[in-house]
Amino acid sequence: MKSSMKPRAIPLTLALAGSLALAACGASNERGIGSTGKSASGGSEQLSGTLDGAGSSAQQAAMTGWAAGYNVQQPAVTVDYDPVGSGGGRDQFVAGGVDFAGSDAALADEQLQGALQRCGNDGVFELPNYISAIAVVYNLPGVEDLQLSPDTIAEIFSGAITTWNDPAIAADNPGAQLPGTAITPVHRGDDSGTTTNFTDYLNKAAPSVWTNPAAGTWPLQGGEAANGTSGMIQAVGAGEGAIGYADESQAGDLGVAEVRVGSDFVAPSPEAAVAVVESSQVQPGRGPYDLALTINRTPDPADQYPIVLVSYHIGCVRYPDAATAELVGSFMGYVISAEGQEVAAQQAGSAPISDTLRQQAQPAVDAITGG
Amino acid sequence: MTATSAPAQPPTRRPVRSLGDRLFAGSATGAGILILLLLAGVAAFLVVQSVPAVTAPADSIPGGEGIVAYVWPLVFGTLLAAVIALLVATPLAIGIALFTTYYAPRRVAQPLGYLVDLLAAIPSVVYGFWGIAWLAPHLVPSYRWLDEHAGWLPFFAGPASATGRTMLTAGLVLAIMILPIISAISREVFSQVPSLHREAALALGATRWEMIRMAVLPYGRSGVIGGAMLGLGRALGETLAVALVLSVTSGLVTVNLISSSNPATIAANIALNFPEATGIGVNALIASGLALFVITFAVNLLARAVVNRRAEFSE
Repeated sequence: MKSSMKPRAIPLTLALAGSLALAACGASNERGIGSTGKSASGGSEQLSGTLDGAGSSAQQAAMTGWAAGYNVQQPAVTVDYDPVGSGGGRDQFVAGGVDFAGSDAALADEQLQGALQRCGNDGVFELPNYISAIAVVYNLPGVEDLQLSPDTIAEIFSGAITTWNDPAIAADNPGAQLPGTAITPVHRGDDSGTTTNFTDYLNKAAPSVWTNPAAGTWPLQGGEAANGTSGMIQAVGAGEGAIGYADESQAGDLGVAEVRVGSDFVAPSPEAAVAVVESSQVQPGRGPYDLALTINRTPDPADQYPIVLVSYHIGCVRYPDAATAELVGSFMGYVISAEGQEVAAQQAGSAPISDTLRQQAQPAVDAITGG
Repeated sequence: MTATSAPAQPPTRRPVRSLGDRLFAGSATGAGILILLLLAGVAAFLVVQSVPAVTAPADSIPGGEGIVAYVWPLVFGTLLAAVIALLVATPLAIGIALFTTYYAPRRVAQPLGYLVDLLAAIPSVVYGFWGIAWLAPHLVPSYRWLDEHAGWLPFFAGPASATGRTMLTAGLVLAIMILPIISAISREVFSQVPSLHREAALALGATRWEMIRMAVLPYGRSGVIGGAMLGLGRALGETLAVALVLSVTSGLVTVNLISSSNPATIAANIALNFPEATGIGVNALIASGLALFVITFAVNLLARAVVNRRAEFSE
């Protein structure tokens, strides 16, 4: 396919990372749900200006792809994204420093009040635009298909289970040959959305074992700590008997545990991650375009994987400046489009949002106005 | 140097101060004053930015127990890693320096000296990668052995880390990083021992080792101490290598060197936490930076004092 293209077309192909085939069906989706032409894929008008965002470093790789892909359609628009971290992004957005924030968690109540002050009565939008499965990764030579129930995971990470041949692990893995190696649970040493979602899962799915609420910094004292996803993968890979949690796309050669869902064990996959987000409830009473989710950590169907990271884009429904509103709306339209989601999947290994989620998000994107 | 070797001719009249002379003298003085101003500016910045963290309520500081409880474990971890590095590197550096100055044939000594100096040219991030990817996993069996056989010592209380990312590993990486500094200064000092001293010792029937013990080491002692202090200064401030190697538990103070739970060092803690720090958290990090500034300043002053004292003796 590449050989038939002119040389200068190749960078474009790389930037879109092979998503051309999906672009067509993305466009048809949008027509199907009655887009008002604000989506970038429509390409009706050429915009110019600079869009400032800040926040989640988990979104950084995806944001690079989005900015590049969006630039193909709107060459005169610059998208600046500062990966200062989710907390910093939310603070900057509330303070009015950036046009939109990327955040691994929805706005907390007091931040929501601040955001409403910034945005006015029309409120804020929060769109779950970046979904990725968090894998429980382990390094245990000779054990291929590890299965773990939520209580066992919580007991391993809280230090209650110390060896791999513990009866609780054996009960989850009937027939498996488990060595007596000591378990080294590895957690993230830095403040991380991955940790927030992992501890939220433990708290919700194993409430009797894990009593700490969800937190971005690891709540327990002691234990092996690693910095960043790459540090986590390195540490688990280096230590025999180590177990940790990391973005599913980064697991590499490490073992990936199947997690108990209902009566089955489910491996992390993009499809299962999106399925669980679809089954999650939107938090009530937060405005029509605020899709802050209470993620369902205890699903029943075996096609849903509950340890997922959902990262949001947060912005105002009404911007004082019409040009900014147009830019935000156009960019968000691109991000939620099938093409944009495919670019993120290629760049960051995230799970593309489903048509159902897109249909939920599209009204919010269409509602962004200025003036 | 050139001033002392020039023939001693007292000037008969005041030298003419040309414009160029005055410009040069002025800019040199200015540069010197600029350094002082910069130093004062950095110190003032650290102090001013630390004040909010010191006056803030204790529960707003990361960790929730106030600024002292936040900074103290970091200071402890910094000193612990640096002391390990010093304990390992100093004897090794003295050995290298003695070997290159008195034992090795000249043909070997010079290349060896260059090679050790080259260690200083390796970027610290490379040491960090080497430490985490090679050294740490290879040290795990030793840690297991120490845990089993020397576990009664508080340093090796264990449980031994399965990844090797421990305080001892960090200290060993730092030791290799400061080795060239200490060995280079020691080598200089040892090679300056007056040959009269050495020949006198040999003439009295001393063996080569006795000559080194009686003539070289006493003469070079303060120089070696000064070199070690400079090495200590680098070990205290080293950031990336420690940040990569060490597995950190915040707020922990322990002398257990081989477990997964270690106190962080100040520099590494700042590097890791600054990118996502906001509000008072930034001030707390800067306050820890002030502590490091004070410590390294004190160490360097001490080193200068020791080195200068030696200079007076040897004139």
